[in-house]
Amino acid sequence: MKRTIPLLITSVGGIILILSFFIPFAQEWGETVAVWFDILAGIAFILGGGNLLKTQLKKISDRKPGWGYAGVTVVAFLATLYVGIAKVGVPPNEQYPDKAWSGDYQAEGTPFWWAYEYGFRPLVATMFAMLAFYVASAAFRAFRAKNLEATLLLGTAFIILLGRTYAGVWLTSPLPDDSPLRLETFSDTIRDVFTTIGTRAIMIGVALGIASTSLKIILGVDRSYLGARE
Amino acid sequence: MRPASTTFLAQAFVILASAMLAPAAPGQSPPAPPAPPSNLQAVDHPWDDGTSIDLAWTLSADDTPNIAPARVTGYVIRSRKDGASETIEVARTGPGETSIKIGDLEHGESYTFDIAAVGTGGAQSTAVAAAPIEPRRQIFNASRLPLMALLAVICGAIIAYIILARGGMKIHVRKIAGLQAVEEAVGRATEMGRPVLFVPGIQDMNEIMTIAGLIALGRVAKVAAEYDATLEVPTARSLVMAAARETVHAAFLAAGRPDSYNEELIYYVTDEQFGYVAYLTGHMVRAKPAACFYLGAFYAESLILAETGNAIGAIQIAGTAETAQLPFFVAACDYTLIGEEFYAASAYLSGEPDQLGSLKGQDVGKVIVIAFMIVGTIVATGAELTNPGSIFSRAYEFIMHTVLS
Repeated sequence: MKRTIPLLITSVGGIILILSFFIPFAQEWGETVAVWFDILAGIAFILGGGNLLKTQLKKISDRKPGWGYAGVTVVAFLATLYVGIAKVGVPPNEQYPDKAWSGDYQAEGTPFWWAYEYGFRPLVATMFAMLAFYVASAAFRAFRAKNLEATLLLGTAFIILLGRTYAGVWLTSPLPDDSPLRLETFSDTIRDVFTTIGTRAIMIGVALGIASTSLKIILGVDRSYLGARE
Repeated sequence: MRPASTTFLAQAFVILASAMLAPAAPGQSPPAPPAPPSNLQAVDHPWDDGTSIDLAWTLSADDTPNIAPARVTGYVIRSRKDGASETIEVARTGPGETSIKIGDLEHGESYTFDIAAVGTGGAQSTAVAAAPIEPRRQIFNASRLPLMALLAVICGAIIAYIILARGGMKIHVRKIAGLQAVEEAVGRATEMGRPVLFVPGIQDMNEIMTIAGLIALGRVAKVAAEYDATLEVPTARSLVMAAARETVHAAFLAAGRPDSYNEELIYYVTDEQFGYVAYLTGHMVRAKPAACFYLGAFYAESLILAETGNAIGAIQIAGTAETAQLPFFVAACDYTLIGEEFYAASAYLSGEPDQLGSLKGQDVGKVIVIAFMIVGTIVATGAELTNPGSIFSRAYEFIMHTVLS
């Protein structure tokens, strides 16, 4: 039963989603399946939040390496949860001025909004900005001309990068506007023709892989993700 | 003193502006609007999902292609939803055209369409309206029939090969270096006494890449259980955590090591993409896993993870179907499962006949795709080199507007 019912739900959900793509009358069924997933994921968040607290508190109690970060996580998690759920500092909705809880917790100027705008977003932006350094270090390693293939890769990358800069456009500016050898045009050609060919080939393989994997899951051929038999 | 060229430009601008703003000279009245089209008919588009209406009309009396100059430059079609106050333009056609399909309508709503002829200078005739109509959906969406046929053939081939493999048919699968290295990576982690880190991506269980990643996790966990290695799985979704726990538990049971299974090593971190990355990179630097697996749906975090793993000297195996992330994994990881290899991982690692049969079925799909590509290339080239009414042109139109629409 432990695997049969989930397998049945998976199969029925999968078949409904396929039918909803081809049969217009089943479109609402597909939307219902998607809504049910959202409900399930929403409830599962309680499980995740509980697990997060448990893991971090255990780290603190065991004084594991980096336990101070676990403390910051627990404090930030509980503070955000309280500010959001209790609607701290949220003005009431204009339509219901006598109901203190009627306001939007995300409204501009509220503590929750403030924590998001001035706490969370800068942190996320910092992590994203660090990507530039990772790109530089990976490119340095990948573009070393150690064999023919790597040299071709290096040359192609050089043309693409140069074609995106003012210097690249300026270097080949004496050539006629419609010349395919102008760096900006050459760079576009590499991206639009050669890269597209490779990408599409991978995408066709991916599409076939998705069809095969989906079929195995719907038919119950592959059940390893459902756990052990009872 | 202003340079002469500046003065000349200023004068030219004044003359041009005067000409544009001056009232029309007596006798130069704007062109009269053309005669309106007539007999506008609106019918429901057959075999669709209830979002299209077909319109047909009789040409304006002034729409005469053989008489120059042309008085009609095209037609403008507008619609008004039942209950709405304003009419909006939904399409324009060229002269001589007598029908059009209007799409993107809302199922269950009633629309009133009108049409007017557009003359030279933009003058429009009086509008002619059709009776209100509601788009109706049919039992089957015929525009998706070619895709359904293709899907049926490919799925049929996969099922057929699964049955043949169950019957004892020998299936040959080419070696995939990244999957052959799984044992090596887990073995190395065991020897070094360090953990194995498995990252199943940042998407939820409704994403097929996550499911494929978890299926691969089951195989990796079995190897880890056999080697008695520590396997750690931080997840970005609660449901993925629950499913990963079941998967790893089943793998440890299958390997005969249920006592080695530790539920606490499979845990939830956060739904936030860069929060998850921040935790993972910090944890990787502190715990220094000897083997890192990145199998699932990845986006901008792919390179941050792979570069961190590279910096700590871990053996890294990545796999995703996100084509934009593949170059990053290729640059920073030891092995990368590209596209379909990622989906083949489960079958390859399990070695079960059912699973290998499904891989062979995919090959049939590849043959069909290659055949379509060859035919499509010939047809497109023929259409380019022959007259518009030729068989190649008609075949090209059919492929573009029916098969691929």
